[in-house]
Amino acid sequence: MKKTTALALALLIAFPVSSALAGPSRGQALAANCAPCHGTDGRSLGTTPVLAGASRGDFVQRMQEFRAGTRASTVMRRHAKGYTDEEIVQLADYFSALQR
Amino acid sequence: MAMNRRQFLKGSAAGLALPLFGCAGVASKGAGPRVVVVGGGFGGATAARYLRLWDPGVDVVLVERNARFVSCPLSNLVLGGSRSIEQLTFSYEGLERKHGVRVVQDEVLAIDAARRQVRLQSGEIGYDRLILSPGIDFLYDQIPSLDNVQAREQIPHAWKAGPQTVALRRQLETIPDGGVYVIGIPLAPYRCPPGPYERASQVAHYFKQAKPRSKVIVLDANPDITSKKGLFTKVWSERYPGIVEYRPNSKVIEVDVAARTARTEFERVRADVLNIVPPQRAGNLARDAGLLTVDRRWAGVDYLTYESNAVPGIHVVGDAISAPPTPKSGHMANQQAKIAAAAVLALLRGEPVNPDPVFANTCYSYVSDKDAAHVAAVYRYDKAKQALYTVNGTFGVSERASEQEGEFANAWARNIWNDALAT
Repeated sequence: MKKTTALALALLIAFPVSSALAGPSRGQALAANCAPCHGTDGRSLGTTPVLAGASRGDFVQRMQEFRAGTRASTVMRRHAKGYTDEEIVQLADYFSALQR
Repeated sequence: MAMNRRQFLKGSAAGLALPLFGCAGVASKGAGPRVVVVGGGFGGATAARYLRLWDPGVDVVLVERNARFVSCPLSNLVLGGSRSIEQLTFSYEGLERKHGVRVVQDEVLAIDAARRQVRLQSGEIGYDRLILSPGIDFLYDQIPSLDNVQAREQIPHAWKAGPQTVALRRQLETIPDGGVYVIGIPLAPYRCPPGPYERASQVAHYFKQAKPRSKVIVLDANPDITSKKGLFTKVWSERYPGIVEYRPNSKVIEVDVAARTARTEFERVRADVLNIVPPQRAGNLARDAGLLTVDRRWAGVDYLTYESNAVPGIHVVGDAISAPPTPKSGHMANQQAKIAAAAVLALLRGEPVNPDPVFANTCYSYVSDKDAAHVAAVYRYDKAKQALYTVNGTFGVSERASEQEGEFANAWARNIWNDALAT
């Protein structure tokens, strides 16, 4: 374990261009779309709902209801129609994994 | 606090003293790759933050000539009297302290794309990738009498928030009841499509409270209201009857500064407060770097990376680019900045960029001190056409302004400021 760490460190020093992360995951990049209204990583500072730590199931259900028009909203009925089912699940996975 | 030039040259900020200047061409070896971001508005500040958020191994330098960020969104409320400019003004400290972005307050003199260097007043700085968020500049050749500083003090545009906004508010405060405010709107495209109509509503709101015999005359170069038409028409007739007068096809072609008179092709309109928003193009930095490939006014970019289609290694975001059908808004700049940041990180590693970006716009307009309305849409990329398109069923405007949307607009402002600046 220690050896691995040492090697990793050595590699980091030898190849400083490679860094800790590989850029945003798909869910993370999608979630960044929501930030202007819902806050960075869904941690809203205003009256818009906090998305960080949302229940995965609730998130998906709400987005589907917004899209179907069965849940009242102002802008969300427009935004929800812009994403595929798969993307909505990726968003739900990302936000539900965050601490509120 | 942002470093000033001297501190920056001395490298005196603790632990940040990397050899920025004098290194030839590419970023110095031994550190991570360097991305220089020029312009600290919604586009540039957001790009700088997300580069570091998504990859702390990247060296990010944000160059901005102003000491502080002043938000254009909500600046019409300063004119309406319900906000102060201080409430819209933020430092870049959060980007430095929380994200390790190195903020340099300086003026860019030139961009040398061949050597991948930016020349500042204080020296040169190399980059592996450059993100340019230069905003807009004005086409004063179309209204020559406004092409000097003195004229602009008397006839403010207030289309860049800050001293111009404060100057315009002061003029509105000093005119007598019964005075006339005239706003001239340029042909689209221009920064913030609903902005001029929001402004007319805000001035009308102020007049209704403080100077009820005063008038707002809108001289619009466009054949019709370019954004949220039904909404503004309703607002002006229901909330501000007898105050707002809208004149389409009224392009201001010259201004008599001393007489505060705007001339269109058909008439001369005298004002007590004259507010001409001149026609616009991408900011001077984009022009000087040879990036204006669209109508010689806007930077053309690849919508997967926001890299210029004229000059490799330079990515352009914000109002300076041509990206139909998306509007020139702070929200769009925020979204473009993130797509560009992710693409830059992928390109630095030689990895493929996201081939299917999706992003959204939400623009709120306040029609009084409390009530607002939105326009929103979601956009995607069409591979075959190499163009952006509005996803079916996503575009729409509020039926009417409401206090609830006013609260959402306020939440939007707080969140998007924080998203850009880590306030």
